[in-house]
Amino acid sequence: MGNRHHAAAHPSRRALRALFRVRPESGAAPAIELRGIDKSFGTVRANRGVSLSVAKGSITGIVGENGAGKSTLMSILYGLYEADAGEILVDGQAVRMRGPADAIARGIGMVHQHFMLVAPFTVLENLVLGAEGGAVLRRGLAAARAELARLASEYGLSVDPDAVVGDLSVGEQQRVEILKVLFRGARVLILDEPSAVLTPQETDQLFRILATLKERGVTVLLITHKLREIMAATDTVFVMRQGEVVAERRTADTNPEELAELMVGRKVRLTLEKDAVATGDVLLKAEKLDLTDSRGVKLLDGVDLELRAGEIVGIAGVSGNGQTELLQILSGIRRPTGGRLQVRGRVIDTSHPTDPAEMRTLGLCHVPEDRQRQGMVAPFRAAETSILGYHKLKPFTRRGLLDHVATTAHCGLLMERFDVRPPIPALRSSSFSGGNQQKLVLAREMDRTPRILLVGQPTRGVDIGAIEFIHRQLVAARDAGCAVLVVSVELDEILSLSDRIVVMFGGRIVGELPAAKADERTLGLMMANAHA
Amino acid sequence: MSAAPRRALPPWAEIGLLPLVNVALALITVGIIVMAIGVDPLRALNLLVVGALGSSEAIGYTLYYATNFAFTGLAVAVAFHAGLFNIGGEGQAYIGGLGAGLCVLALDRFLPGVIVVPLAILAAAAFGAAWAAVPAWLQAHRGSHIVITTIMFNFVAAALMVYLMVNVLIAPGSMTPQSRGFEGTRMPAMHEVLAALGITVAQSALNLSILLAIVCCVGVWAFLWHTPWGYALRTMGHNPDAATYAGNDLKKLTMIAMCLSGALAGFVGVNEILGVHQRLVLDFTAGYGFAGIAVSLMGRNHPLGIALAALLFGALQQGGAELAFEIPAMTREMVVVIQGLVILFSGALANLPRPWLQALLARVRRA
Repeated sequence: MGNRHHAAAHPSRRALRALFRVRPESGAAPAIELRGIDKSFGTVRANRGVSLSVAKGSITGIVGENGAGKSTLMSILYGLYEADAGEILVDGQAVRMRGPADAIARGIGMVHQHFMLVAPFTVLENLVLGAEGGAVLRRGLAAARAELARLASEYGLSVDPDAVVGDLSVGEQQRVEILKVLFRGARVLILDEPSAVLTPQETDQLFRILATLKERGVTVLLITHKLREIMAATDTVFVMRQGEVVAERRTADTNPEELAELMVGRKVRLTLEKDAVATGDVLLKAEKLDLTDSRGVKLLDGVDLELRAGEIVGIAGVSGNGQTELLQILSGIRRPTGGRLQVRGRVIDTSHPTDPAEMRTLGLCHVPEDRQRQGMVAPFRAAETSILGYHKLKPFTRRGLLDHVATTAHCGLLMERFDVRPPIPALRSSSFSGGNQQKLVLAREMDRTPRILLVGQPTRGVDIGAIEFIHRQLVAARDAGCAVLVVSVELDEILSLSDRIVVMFGGRIVGELPAAKADERTLGLMMANAHA
Repeated sequence: MSAAPRRALPPWAEIGLLPLVNVALALITVGIIVMAIGVDPLRALNLLVVGALGSSEAIGYTLYYATNFAFTGLAVAVAFHAGLFNIGGEGQAYIGGLGAGLCVLALDRFLPGVIVVPLAILAAAAFGAAWAAVPAWLQAHRGSHIVITTIMFNFVAAALMVYLMVNVLIAPGSMTPQSRGFEGTRMPAMHEVLAALGITVAQSALNLSILLAIVCCVGVWAFLWHTPWGYALRTMGHNPDAATYAGNDLKKLTMIAMCLSGALAGFVGVNEILGVHQRLVLDFTAGYGFAGIAVSLMGRNHPLGIALAALLFGALQQGGAELAFEIPAMTREMVVVIQGLVILFSGALANLPRPWLQALLARVRRA
């Protein structure tokens, strides 16, 4: 692959082509070509000798586990990092990217996983941000409005230019991000994990947009770890592992199993096997839980929920429909404004509040949705993170003093049992990859042999190999008689893990069904609250 | 992977080399300014160093100033580790001194000094803590921003002290606003203690408070990194959400952190009131509380670093005073400029030489 040299197209022809936006014939130079890209961070080689070429007007996928070097590679292409060695060719010409401005000037745009939008600004204002076109804003805005209309009709990306971005749905915000990039004249679009925040239906919509872009000759680079999306959207796919491109496939010629194996380097079972287990007593019971915030917005509205020993209950829903708040209340972080909660006999209501420390003593452990923000302390050593929430207990504190030896030993044990890599308790928590951070947090909570385990987004940003492992651990806990509640925006995950599925919408539980009777379509409709 | 343009230096360079380069840059800038007003910079530097370290008396004064800087630096650091910016060290030191003074004034005629001094130290801590507790409570329970409230409390403390000294505590018949002198109760001076041990040093303001400062340095280090409360405090400082998740009461932690911080600042009162003035006076805090922010910043919020930064600040204070005395052109204000530049280069501009050092180290390693 990759190292062929293409003669640069004649400049005037290139200009003509750009003018008429003709889809280039197959003999043309690839839109992007990377040759022998090397990049090291300290002793870690994030990219080693990466070569790949992306044909003009194609949708090319790059898959790989977290830490495989996909994001680094894209950051190099977008000018955020400079490669230690190697060449970047755009339209057959070698270029040097000193910063995103260089990349933008060459028609390369990036849509980040986390949106870079100013919420109180309108769509139009966000669009011109950084490209205001002079000191007088009005002239720039008027020009932008015309351009936006043109882009909208050409690519079928309709957004109200005067809508405030904060009021838009996540799918629409993403559309604004794409428009922003196109507005700056991008002919190559890099999308980094674009579906992380979307419902299945919104994701389908996104892929339709990408298909339209492709028809109009835009080149799309799609970075993801979701194989389903690679299969659905791309023409070609590159697989990265440990900083190297290990395979290039035409999407039509491959399948998810092969890609997973290439990514991980060994056979991976994509389906989870679990036996039926008889459920036991009700360990947690929520009755009519309400939560109203200080502005009077109802975040939770009469939520009833039962968790029994030996079952996994999955909560499906588009993020932001009350799942976060429900987890906060169940784990004692937030107090409900109404209703009652029973946890193994302890009754909690507005006049009998609780806190996370008490919940832990009741055998309720919680793996939070956002491990970076809640589950760990980024600058702490892994050993310190491994006792978060339990630091006052023996043997971590003895006679009022922290026992660093015991803590380090404990962390080492957790790392060994949950295969956290690298198994170095003295390393900063933030130095671990997402999957390993999650394994560490999960290990910490599961080590307490909880009776009730709340898990938010168990595998968000976690690679395939680790997903398999985490899922097996959760099933093992359930088999041991633990009541497990899983909140996830990944429907695949909910479907494969759960015994029972509850769907939330607008702070309410809008449906419940046994996993055996659920499928993606039904759940998707329930999540949008569009079912009968 | 997130963009990380600011890569870490090796620890030895981070703790040892970078601050040295910062101070050197500051001194070069100072040299240029000093030349501009027609003073030989090398002579000024020589005077500064000799003034700070040239004799046992000079060293005594340097250490005496360093004691104050260590207390306020530690105060800022403890709050900072809990994610709180305590700008109120000045007021807390002032009220801490008031506590120590009131305690002595109430007891010195009835109890021997060996009993009154420890009580007065506790009183300084308690008063300093109490003065910090009000903004802390307002922050924890009412969400009033602690930076604003602690600044305000500095003014309140100053006004309160003026009122008390002028109207209540003034010694009968005195024309200056100061209390009566303490009787038989004071922090023993270092030259006396050393003389009792057979070591002769010149007389200076240095007193046993410096031992308290050393104990506080070790204590803060042990508290922050070796107790479960310190752990909880640091968790809150880095990540309040994680601290809540872990089952900590953030309101309580805010109170604990600020009270400890206030108590440490209050110890300035021990050094000044019990050690030096031996009576209650006005304005003994002289900006130590504010300088503590720079000390803590420069010491990277670590007790060891703070001890070193306090020594540097103490040396600048003492050497600066000598400089002002020896060279008429070097006014008191010029000395403040020097101190300000050191603070600027080692605080706000601390990361200025970082990329240069990184490039340099990378080149050295490659060679």
